[in-house]
Amino acid sequence: MSDALAFDSSTDLASLGRSLGEASRGDAGVIVSVTGQTGAAEAVEADELERRLLEMGFVEGAHVEVLHEGLFGRDPIAVRLDDTRVALRRREASAVTVKFDRTPT
Amino acid sequence: MSTEAATLGPARIALVGNPNSGKTALFNALTGSRQKVANYAGVTVERKEGALTTAGGRTLRILDLPGTYSLRARSPDEVVTRDAILGRLAGEPAPDVLVCVADATNLRLVLRLVLELKQVGRPFVLALNMYDIAQRQGLRIDLERLGAEIGAPIVTTVATRKRGLDDLIAQAEALTISHAGEHASTWREPNAAEIRAAHAEAQRIFRACVKPPERPDTITGKIDDVLLNPAAGLLILATLLFVMFQAVFTWATPAMDLIDGGFAALAGWVGAHLPEGLLGSFIADGLIAGVGSVLVFLPQILILFFFILLLEDSGYMARAAFLMDKIMGGAGLHGRAFIPLLSSFACAIPGIMSTRVIDNRHDRLTTILVAPLMTCSARIPVYTLIIGAFIPQTTVWGFLSLQGLVMFGLYASGIVSALLVSFVIRKVFWRGTVEPFMMELPTYRWPEPRNVLLNLWTRAKIFITRAGRIILPLMVLIWVLATFPYPPEGATGPAIDYSFAGILGGWIEPLLRPIGFNWQMSIALIPGMAAREVAVATLGTVYAVSDPDGATTALSTVLSSQWSLASALSFLAWYVFAPQCAPTLGVVKRETNSWLWPTVMFVYMVALAYLAAFATYHTAVALGAG
Ligand SMILES: Nc1nc2c(ncn2[C@@H]2O[C@H](COP(=O)(O)OP(=O)(O)O)[C@@H](O)[C@H]2O)c(=O)[nH]1
Ligand SMILES: [Mg+2]
Repeated sequence: MSDALAFDSSTDLASLGRSLGEASRGDAGVIVSVTGQTGAAEAVEADELERRLLEMGFVEGAHVEVLHEGLFGRDPIAVRLDDTRVALRRREASAVTVKFDRTPT
Repeated sequence: MSTEAATLGPARIALVGNPNSGKTALFNALTGSRQKVANYAGVTVERKEGALTTAGGRTLRILDLPGTYSLRARSPDEVVTRDAILGRLAGEPAPDVLVCVADATNLRLVLRLVLELKQVGRPFVLALNMYDIAQRQGLRIDLERLGAEIGAPIVTTVATRKRGLDDLIAQAEALTISHAGEHASTWREPNAAEIRAAHAEAQRIFRACVKPPERPDTITGKIDDVLLNPAAGLLILATLLFVMFQAVFTWATPAMDLIDGGFAALAGWVGAHLPEGLLGSFIADGLIAGVGSVLVFLPQILILFFFILLLEDSGYMARAAFLMDKIMGGAGLHGRAFIPLLSSFACAIPGIMSTRVIDNRHDRLTTILVAPLMTCSARIPVYTLIIGAFIPQTTVWGFLSLQGLVMFGLYASGIVSALLVSFVIRKVFWRGTVEPFMMELPTYRWPEPRNVLLNLWTRAKIFITRAGRIILPLMVLIWVLATFPYPPEGATGPAIDYSFAGILGGWIEPLLRPIGFNWQMSIALIPGMAAREVAVATLGTVYAVSDPDGATTALSTVLSSQWSLASALSFLAWYVFAPQCAPTLGVVKRETNSWLWPTVMFVYMVALAYLAAFATYHTAVALGAG
């Protein structure tokens, strides 16, 4: 548990992590920042996406692990998010930065 | 207090909570209703009201609402929830008490919603539902502390077993009297920082009150390793659907033969015991041949629903949506379109209504427009009749029924054309961006046998009532049209050619001759507008009236001697696309609030149906099936 990281979204912590959008199966870690910025043309505003992610439980300090990847382009992904399972597209996942503590062998 | 309670007016209680927490199951348990419950998000898209009477004789009106993660409504179904809770619905005050229904095994997110609900200022109870699962997992929740932290009474419930209901009712009723916690609403849309703060507070409460389960669910992960395996997953999904359609054919046959035999015997008995003439013809040809030809499909429809219910209740639906997401996205469909489209296999009407979970207008309209291309259960009678009459009952590769294979092909054509149409809409007309897609994958559960049986029973009742309410009166009308007027003296052709039906069919037939339809097929399309399966009943009556042996010859036997294979295939192709269902068009009008979209739907579907039937007919004729 990295309680010290919880709910802190300062940029220096964010720079420690990698985007969830690029993670592979088995990657696990703690969310360090949620921004709503996906880097692609947005269908909804960044602020709106950020709030949706937060409401689904993608919040700084939450544990994520990539459980499954889709067949085509390894998209979408299914993640364990604390004690729930959530499916999302890589595009939205890229708004979430994670400090991974374990990567697949 | 009981007498006092009885003199108080009725109170209104609303059920709110995250999707899939068991609100509708609780609503059904409390009010004795039979609303649909299933193990995935987005099942309830409307507000539903029911009532119960407490032990003290007081009436409580219960409101079931669509599930949501926040009051910040984003899609039409969530707007309903927000407005109902805040008392913004026209002519409807805010509920007296809120019951926040939580999945006890998944409290983290709902605690944040609880904090939001507190700002609304209605007294509320927190119902920890699915407490059976929590106990099985050895999850320990400090109820007293939790109650103190959130400042509301807590009850534990098992909605599917009706446990904890009395306690819930008592607590809710007490709040209607004490008004504890009531204040003016201070709720407004939270910004990101406020959501984060609420999360932190919810997290603190969660840590303080909930100890992690001793025996956490591990089976879901193991099942998902197989079912969501990138390569095997899609194959398993395809196999499941395939087995489903095979079963619809092979399992149903004995029961269908029984029903068919029953109606033939009944028609024979009527023929033998009623005097030859108008009345006998009316009962045997009009009622028995018409209604019987539809009712015979009950076993198939029940088998189809049985499979769908198992998939829904187990939690597989959300996985199917995950597996299909890329394919659907490639066709320009929204990630949440999968479940509305899948419900459309039962009937396009609930499918179109469940598009309310889609937030973006263009995404929602696209889904509505293609939903009727998914093969609804009312097409089963049409498909089965024609397949049974024209496709030999042989097996392919030793184990596949050829008839089942053709059926699968028809379903597949529906799905593929839905994808193509949506692709055209999204790439040509509405080129837009892709909406975010996030969905919880629920824990797998054994389907509740009671839920499955009740649902099947409801389905059977709907089907039979439809046969009685819609099909029966139409059959009377069609029998009249097919019987009167009598042919003139000295007429040579069959009597039915001189009837209204014959005349009318003769008018339409030239339009449909290029696609290989005879006048009987043409006339069957008209009453088929009311309900697709009526086309089968119409054929039943039209051929029974014109056949001296009447209703005792099986309709499929008559058809196979009267239609060419090319015409039969053309009829099937027509039915894959034809918008022959006035109720569906009505729902589209209601959901889009305009006549434009039903018109667009009707025109594009008729055009596709005509083209497909034309191509099928001429290809078949060229191949020698004319
Ligand atoms: N084991 C168990 N299952 C439940 C309970 N309540 C609901 N369910 C199941 O949970 C699923 C979701 O229920 P539903 O009422 O549709 O949830 P809603 O989305 O909140 O309306 C269904 O498969 C129900 O059969 C419960 O108390 N115990
Ligand atoms: Mg519901």
